[in-house]
Amino acid sequence: MSKLVKNAVGRMVPTEINGQEAIPFKGVGKHRPTGRKYAPPIPTAIDYPEDGNKVVGSLKEALQKCGLKDGMTISTHHHLRDGDLVSNTIFDAAHEIGVKNLVWFPSASFPCNEPITKYLEDGTINRIEGSMNGPLGKFVSQGKMKGTAVLRSHGGRVQAIQDGEVKIDIAVLAAPSSDFFGNANALSGPSACGVLGYATTDYLYADKVIVITDNLVDFPNMPMEIEGNYVDYVVVVDKIGIPEKIVSGTTQITKSPDRLLIAELTAQFLQESGILKDGCYMQAGAGGTSLAIGYYVHQILKAKGWKSKLGFGGSTKYMVQMLEEGTMEHIMDAQAFDLEAVASIANNKNHHQYPVYNAYNFHSKGNLTSMMDIMILGATEVDVNFNGNVVTHSDGYLLHGIGGWQNCLHAKNVILPIPLFRDRIPVIKDEVTTICGPGEMIDIIVTERGIAINPRRTDLIEKMKGSKLPIKTIEELKAEAEAICGTAQKPNISDEIVAAIKWVDGTIIDVVRKVIE
Amino acid sequence: MSKSVSVGNKGKGVRSDCAVTLELTESGGIQLQVESKVNAIYGKQNEKLIVDILSFYSVQNASILVEDSGALPFVLAARMEAAIRKVTGSEKEFLLPVLPQNQYQTTRDRNRISRLYLPGNTPSLMINAGIHHPDGVILDLEDAVAIDKKYEASFVVRNALRNLDFYGAERMVRINQIPRGLDDLDYIIPHNVHLLLVPKCESADQIKVLNQKIDELKAKHNINYDIWLMPIIESALGVIKAYEIATAAKNVVSLAIGLEDYTADLGVKRTLEGNESFFARTQLVNACRAAGIQPIDSVFSDVADMEGLRENVKRSKSLGFDGMGCIHPRQIKVIHESFAPEQDEIEKAKKIVRAFDEATAKGLGVVSLGTKMIDPPVVKRAEKTINLATNLGLIPENWREEFLNE
Repeated sequence: MSKLVKNAVGRMVPTEINGQEAIPFKGVGKHRPTGRKYAPPIPTAIDYPEDGNKVVGSLKEALQKCGLKDGMTISTHHHLRDGDLVSNTIFDAAHEIGVKNLVWFPSASFPCNEPITKYLEDGTINRIEGSMNGPLGKFVSQGKMKGTAVLRSHGGRVQAIQDGEVKIDIAVLAAPSSDFFGNANALSGPSACGVLGYATTDYLYADKVIVITDNLVDFPNMPMEIEGNYVDYVVVVDKIGIPEKIVSGTTQITKSPDRLLIAELTAQFLQESGILKDGCYMQAGAGGTSLAIGYYVHQILKAKGWKSKLGFGGSTKYMVQMLEEGTMEHIMDAQAFDLEAVASIANNKNHHQYPVYNAYNFHSKGNLTSMMDIMILGATEVDVNFNGNVVTHSDGYLLHGIGGWQNCLHAKNVILPIPLFRDRIPVIKDEVTTICGPGEMIDIIVTERGIAINPRRTDLIEKMKGSKLPIKTIEELKAEAEAICGTAQKPNISDEIVAAIKWVDGTIIDVVRKVIE
Repeated sequence: MSKSVSVGNKGKGVRSDCAVTLELTESGGIQLQVESKVNAIYGKQNEKLIVDILSFYSVQNASILVEDSGALPFVLAARMEAAIRKVTGSEKEFLLPVLPQNQYQTTRDRNRISRLYLPGNTPSLMINAGIHHPDGVILDLEDAVAIDKKYEASFVVRNALRNLDFYGAERMVRINQIPRGLDDLDYIIPHNVHLLLVPKCESADQIKVLNQKIDELKAKHNINYDIWLMPIIESALGVIKAYEIATAAKNVVSLAIGLEDYTADLGVKRTLEGNESFFARTQLVNACRAAGIQPIDSVFSDVADMEGLRENVKRSKSLGFDGMGCIHPRQIKVIHESFAPEQDEIEKAKKIVRAFDEATAKGLGVVSLGTKMIDPPVVKRAEKTINLATNLGLIPENWREEFLNE
C-alpha cells in the first residue's frame, strides 16, 4: 500500500490509487491543474461509411470493432436511472469476448446494476470509478472489489475526463432515439428521459463512441443532443430501459409530518434571513423534503409577488408548475425527474437543457452552481464542524453516490434540511464517517428540533437574532439527539482502503475503509 | 404458564420498535441474539441494557431473540420488561430514570385546543409528537391498541410518560373503559401523567370510582398534585348525563365528545355537516359552560382534507367548543389557526379591555366605547379573546404598552 498523508481536512489519504498518483486535498480552491485539456485521437472521415449508416449487428460486434482489450475503461451515463437495461449487457458482452480487468466509469450506478458484481468477482471488471448505489456500494465496503473504487461528483467526473485523469476508451451511450448516423436525443421513444446531459463529456472525449438505442428514427434526428459526428457505431436493441423506472411517473411531496415540518422551517428561514428574494437563483432537488420546500417557497413568492429568476434542475412537476404560474422565469436542466418535466423540456421555451459540464465542472470558465442563492441538499451525516457526508452510513457502509452534491456546495447559501436522527441513527456527529464536503461550504442545518447556522456565517446569525425560529448551535443539536438516541459507539472498520473520495478538483478528500462484519 | 412469549412489533414498515421473543430455559445461561441495523453503533449499549434488565429480574437461564428496528432505549426496556413479566409473572417494575424536564405539572385552565392521539403500542409515532407542538398528547391505551397488545402497550406508555420529551405538551392517557381502565392506573398515575381521558363515560359514579383508585395511588406514591380528568361522552345516555359528569369531581376539567360511537349509538350516519349530532354537541357545550369547564370537540377523521378540517373547526368554534382532538400532526396547525381569534376580533377585544381598564382606573361603574355602552359579559368575552390571543402568541403579553404607543 502506498504512503498515507494527512490532507487539509485532517484525513489520512494515500498518495497513490490503482497505480496512479493521487494528490491529497489541499483546501477549497487550492489545487489548479495546468497544461492542456486531454484530447481523443484524431479520427478521419474517410474511415466512416459514406452513406452515413453506422449501424452494426450487436453490442458485442460494436465493442469488438472498437478494439475492446484487457484493462480498458468503459463509460456510461445514468439517465436511464434504475430502469437501465444497457450497462449490464456491456459486461455480458465483454465477458463473452473474454477480456479482463476493465474499469467501469458510469456517471452513476443504481440497484439495477447489482448483476455487475459477478463480473467484479470473476475479474472481467477490476473496479468501478463512479458513484455507487445500494448493492454495489455494499460489495465494495466488504472489500470484495479488486481495484479501489473512486467516487467523484458529477462535476468531478467531467474534470477528470477533461484534465486526462481518466481516459475513456469506449463510451457506450444509451439513447432513447437515434438515427443511423448516431445523432441522438432523449425527447422521444419508449425510454424518453428528457435530457442526456451526463453523456456530453463522454462523447466528446472518448476514443470510441457507441450509441445504443431501441428507437432508430429517420435521419436527421433533431435536435442532436449527441452529435453523430462524434459517434463510431450505432447499435439497435429491443429495449434500452424500463420506462416506469427511468422517470418516476409522479414525484411526490413528502407526506411525513416531521419532514413537512422541516420543510416549513426551511422556507421560513429562507424568508426571514432574506436569502429568498425577488430574482433569486434557486435549486431544489427531487427528494420529498426538497419538493415540499419548493412548494412552500412557491407560496411565499406568490404571496409577495416575487419571481425566482432561475431554477436549476433536476426538474420536477413542482418546478414546472412555478414556471407555468410565473413564479420562476427559467429552468436550466441537467436531468428530468418526472414525466411532467420531460414534457415541459419539449414544450416550454423557458425550460432549457443544460449539460452538467457547464453547471458543475471545475475546468469550465465559470459554474452555474456558484451563482445560486438557494441550494437545498441532503446528507447522511454532518459533524460539529459542519463537514458533510453523503456516501457512507454511520455503520461505515458505502451506500450512496456523491451526485452533484460537492459541486452544489459552491452556492452562496447551502442549506441541509435533515432529520436529527433516522430510526435512532443520529445525523450530527463529532466527526463524519467520511468527509465529502468541507464544513466551510455548508451554511445552515435545518432539523425538526432546531436550526444551526455555521458560525462562519456571522451575517446570517446577526440577521436571525430575535427570530422565533428555533436557532441553536450545532453542539446543542448534537446533544439533543444523543439524549434521545444514546451516544453511538465507533463502528468496526479496518484500515484497508476500499474507495477514494475525490474533491471537485481531483484531489483526495477522504477514503472509505473496509467494514469488518 | 407458558414459558415462551413474544412481544413488540417487527417486520416491514415497523420503525423505532423491536420484537422480543423470550424463552425461559432450565440451564445454559443467557443465550442472547440481537438482530439490528443499529448494532454497529448501539450494539454494546443495547446488550448492556438487556443484560441489566435480565439480572434485575434474576433471569439466569433464557434464550432471547431481539429483532430491532431502531428502538430507543425506553422502548427496548418496555419490550424486555413486558416479555419477562409475562413469562415470570413478576410485578417488579424496571424503570429508567425519569427525564428531569418531564417533571412539570399543568393547570386546570390551560389551553387544550389541540390534543394529538398516539396509539399506545406504536412508539415511532410518539417520538416526534412533541415537535409539532400540540397542547396535549394522548397516549392511547383504548381503541388504538388491539386487545392482545394491551398488556405490552402499558409499558410503552409508562416509559414514554417518564422518558420521552413532549416539549411542554400536556401528557394525557386515554385509559380503557371503566372498570377495565382501573387496571391501567398502576402504570400511569405514579409516572407523571397530567390528565386521563375516560372513554364512554355515562355517569358520575364512574368518575367517583376512578378518583377513588387515583387517590389511593397518589397516597401510596406521595403525589400531591392534581391529576385532571377529561371524560369522553360517546353515547346517548352520556349526553343526557353530561352535566352530572361535568360536576362529578373537582378534577374534571373538560368534557370531550366522541362522535363515531355516539352516532353509532343513535343508529345514524355521521355526516360532514353534523346535523345528527347538533343536539349532543350543544348539550355538551352547555353542560361544560354551566360547570365552568372546557368543552372539546370530536376528531376530524379525513387527514388528507385540510380544507374540510378548517371548515369543521370553524363550525366547532361557532358552537362554543374550546378545542378538538387530532389524529395526525398536520392537523394541529390548522386547528390552532382556526380556533384562534381573528384579527378584527382581537382588535375589537383590545379596545374593549382598554376601555374597561380606563373606566376602572377612573372609578367609573359604566364602561363605554365611543358612544356605545359595554355590558360586563362583553368585557368578559373580550378578556377571554385577549387571553387566548396572548397564549397563542398572536399578540405580545405587553400588548397594552404597544396599544398606547399606536
